[in-house]
Parts: sequence; structure tokens; C-alpha cells
Amino acid sequence: MKSKIARNLLKMNAMSRISRRIFLALALCVTGLAQAQLSIEITGAGANRIPVTIVDFPGDPTASRVITATVRSDLERSGLFKLIDNGTAAFDENAPVNHADWKGKGADALAAGSIARSADGRMEARFRLYDTQKGVSLGGAAYVTSNSQLRAAGHRIADYIYEKLTGEKGVFSTRIAYVVKARGQFLLQIADSDGQNAATALSSIEPIISPVWSPDGGRLAYVSFEKKKPVIYVHTLASGQRHIVANFKGSNSAPAWAPDGRKLAVVLSKDGNSQIYSVNADGSGLQRITQSSGIDTEPRYSADGGTIYFTSDRGGSPQVYQVGASGGDARRVTFEGSYNVSPRPAPDGKSLAFISRREGRFQLAVMDLASRQVQVVSDSNKDESPSFAPNSRMILIATEIGGRGVLSAVSSDGRIKQRLSVAAGDVREPAWGPYFQ
Amino acid sequence: MKKLLIPALLSALLAACSTTPLPEDGGAPVESRSGSGTGVTSVTAGGVDASGLPRELTDPKSKLSQRSIYFDLDKYDVKDEYKDLVAAHAKYLVANKGFKVLLQGNTDERGSREYNLSLGQKRAEAVKRSLTLLGVQEGQIESVSLGEEKPKDAGHDEAAWSQNRRADILYKAADGRGEF
Repeated sequence: MKSKIARNLLKMNAMSRISRRIFLALALCVTGLAQAQLSIEITGAGANRIPVTIVDFPGDPTASRVITATVRSDLERSGLFKLIDNGTAAFDENAPVNHADWKGKGADALAAGSIARSADGRMEARFRLYDTQKGVSLGGAAYVTSNSQLRAAGHRIADYIYEKLTGEKGVFSTRIAYVVKARGQFLLQIADSDGQNAATALSSIEPIISPVWSPDGGRLAYVSFEKKKPVIYVHTLASGQRHIVANFKGSNSAPAWAPDGRKLAVVLSKDGNSQIYSVNADGSGLQRITQSSGIDTEPRYSADGGTIYFTSDRGGSPQVYQVGASGGDARRVTFEGSYNVSPRPAPDGKSLAFISRREGRFQLAVMDLASRQVQVVSDSNKDESPSFAPNSRMILIATEIGGRGVLSAVSSDGRIKQRLSVAAGDVREPAWGPYFQ
Repeated sequence: MKKLLIPALLSALLAACSTTPLPEDGGAPVESRSGSGTGVTSVTAGGVDASGLPRELTDPKSKLSQRSIYFDLDKYDVKDEYKDLVAAHAKYLVANKGFKVLLQGNTDERGSREYNLSLGQKRAEAVKRSLTLLGVQEGQIESVSLGEEKPKDAGHDEAAWSQNRRADILYKAADGRGEF
């Protein structure tokens, strides 16, 4: 099903440094909960972007605008598409398409659709995608949503187009979690992947760190200092219910979900230095995994759940190691430099992201797990807390620009970069959620 | 073939590369998130009320009001200049076995938050060792780390960092009142 366009995309090389500023902080969906809206700026994009046009959808003009604007900005932001101006063209998914005409305007692909009110009063968005070079339909879909969630339908359409044209799944319908520090408050927020629709899950006067999404996307585990010490909680987002998973004597930190969503790896200091344990999501069934006299922390399960990557100073400096999910001998993974921390295996199992200190700069590095080749993929200096998108293409990190904490999304090959910031605060501790379920 | 694909989308996929009409039985619902539209319910974390300690622990003229022990860069041992201060707290805790202390280790801001949390723990453990060597019972002490999260000085230079490489002593009285 992969089109010629997709093959062209894969040949993409040489990063272009077009610095286009696209601020999406438009208050399209301002709710009382949205306190610190993220704005997104694209600072790098792929060189050979797929030219695509999204024509206006006939029907309710306001709803049409919300949906097509969402689709266009999603595709543009990904760095893989070039939006071809549709002028005033508006036609629906069943109208005949003049492929030669659109090809002449430079569009290799075109999406058309319509918005209609469904029988129960909700909105139904329908669309079809065309390959103008071959003059064929690539398929289509229909999504029903309430008026307030039209953007969600836009993200689903963008995901469909992304997958059809690139051959890999899109992540526009996913959500991200992050912590905002502003005015003496720590806010654990959840937003759509484009920074819109931000909502505060937890506010506290004490720090919140290390949020991680449960594999089903319904819960977050994190470390909160509200008891004057680090304690691990699991928090159900829809209900706001939270319970303590680990509050042993000493520090409790660095939670990581096992891929089955039933267990977490955690770091406890109850026996002295930080060591890695596993625990059931309800706090029962504690088992020790690492046994060292130094620091073992920042555990992350591999995608298959079989092993755990972690940071340890057992060799004299902090480096990344790997151990079986139930313990045993650890194997060292990083060797270059004296500070390699925060390992995050990619969901596709092919690479490992981590933070590497090089000449005093803390930078995002990616190791190809087959060749063990390491590439530094960021150009900032204070990178922290990497988090892979579920399709393994982008990595979200916390970094600092002009003394302010911002988030940055970097493609795993370093070519595409986006920056996410809030106007009046520091953003940190990003966690990219799983695919929409 | 993919978990994401819901029935309407699946049938649309099967219709790919043809001009088969879109499904007529209504589209797939997009919302599975309940609540306000974001699917997130907001909650506020509780805090700790710090009060009710005896004057000798809080009076600025008392040595016991000094609660911070500073560390050198990459160092995790209690320096000689703090031995008297630690001894004063040990003496108080030995004489007042109903009192408990929370030792909070801290680091400067450089590097990984979680790794710094583990480094801060080493500073708290060092103070704990000093106290237990002077006769304080283990059950009176909890050593924890705040890592880089609670800097005393929010600056980004060595002057600030030296203030943040620190362990703090928090007290709680037998009746449960106190600083943690």
C-alpha cells in the first residue's frame, strides 16, 4: 500500500533549516482548566516533504475550518509534509477530482471531505484521500464527534493521511504529559500532541517529577514530593483518583511501567543506596531486581518486557546498563564519555535514546541497538528526560532555551525539530502517551 | 491489523484504492474520553503543616536551629566543620527519643533529575551514619532525597550550586507535630 510518495520520503536526506514559526496557541479550546497553553514552533524539517493539499470541506464553515486547520497544522508540524495552498477550493469526498489539475499545482496527494450533523446532533466528518499522480483514491473514513471535540476528528484524519502516505502510524491523536512550574506551583498537565486542550491533572506546591503513562493511556505514575519526600503514585486521569504505589522508608522514585501494565519498576532507597525493584500497580508484590553497592536508577523496560535498561555508577561513572526483567547479571551498554544517563528504549526495539554529557553539554543521543552506533541528535545543552513517540519517530525532551525550561521534539535521526513552550513558566518532565485507544 | 483501527476505518481501509463509497452506517465515534472534554479530572495535592516544635529547635540563638549541612562538589561525606552541629543534633535526639528527624539530601541542578535524586540520597545517608554513630536510634531517622528539586538558591552559578549541595534536618515531635 506504500505509495511512490512514501518511497520518495524515505530517500529524504540533508536536513533543511527552514525556521518557520507556527504558533498554535490559538485559544480554540480554552477551558477553565487550561492554565498554561503550550505553543509549538518548528525549527527544522525534512528536506523532501510530501506536497499535499487539504481542500476546504463543504458544510458548516466553522466546523470545517476547525477540522481542516487541525489536519493541515498536524501534517505541517510533522516536518514530513508540505502544504499546497488549496485557494478557495471546497468539495466533498464524493466529488470528482481533477487529478491533473492538482498535480499541476504541485500536490501529490489531496484530501477532500464534508461535515454533517449526524442523527443524534453530533458532527460527522467524512473524508477521502487521493493520490493525484496515479489518479486513484487511497481510501477514506468517517468520524463522529461532539462539536467541542472537532479537533480530535482532525487529528484522526491527519493520522490516516500520515499513515497512508508515509507507511508508518501517525501520532497526532496521542496525548503528552509534562510538568509546568509557574508562580510557585507545580502542575502536572495533559495536552493533545499539538499542545492544545491542556488540562491539569494535579497541582501541588511541592515538586512533581518522572511522569510515565500506563500502556493503556488511562493512568500516570509519577513521583510527588507532597509528603516532604519522594513517593510514587498511580493516578487515573478520568476520575482523578490516585493511590500510593511505593512509600517505603527513604526515597521512592523513577517509576516505569512494564509493557503489560500490571507491574512497575521502581527505585527505592529503603536498603541504603538507590536500587531497582518491581512492584504490582496496586503496591503489592515487591521484588528486588538489582543488587549493587552503588546507585542503580532510571529503569525502563524494553518493548518486549524482557529486559530493563537503567543508569548505574557501579563502574565509577554513571552509565547505561541492561539487566533481565527479574534480575541477574547486568551488561554495560554505553561506553563513550563519563556521563550517560536516562535510557529510553524505542517502542520498536531498534534504538535507545539517552542523555550524554559531552564537553560539559548534556545532549540527547540515540544508539542503534544493532550496530551500537551512537549519534548525538540535539543541538541544545541541557537536555533531560527523553520520551519516545509511540511510532518511535520523534523523541520529546526537556531542555532550556534562554534560561527557560521548554520541551523539544526531535526526530530520532535529528533532522526534524519542534519546540514547545509556555508563556509564563518552565515546562519539564515530558512523557509521550501511547496510541489512542 | 492495527489496534487503533476501529470498524468504520477498517472497512474504509478495505475500500482503499477503489472508489467504493464511504461506510453509510455512520462514522466511528472519536470520543472515548469522559468528563469535561479533556478526559482529565483536576486534583490538588495536600501539604504538611509545619508547627508545634519546642523553642530550642527553632530559636535562632540555639545551635539546633541550624539544620543545614553543606557538601563539596561530587562529595558525599560530612565535612569536619559540621561535626559539632551533627553532634548537637545527635545529643538532642538521644535525650529525646520521642523525636524523629527527616534528613533531606539535595544536589545542584546539573544532570538527570532522577540520578541527582540518588546522589542526594547519598548525602542524607552520610548524615544518618554520623547520627547513628553518635547513638541516635535508626528508628528516629529517615533519610530521603529531594534531588535537585528544592534548591535553596535558584541561581545557575557555582555560588548558587554550593548552597544547593546540602542536607537538611527536619524535626517531628512525639505528638506528631513538626516539619514533616
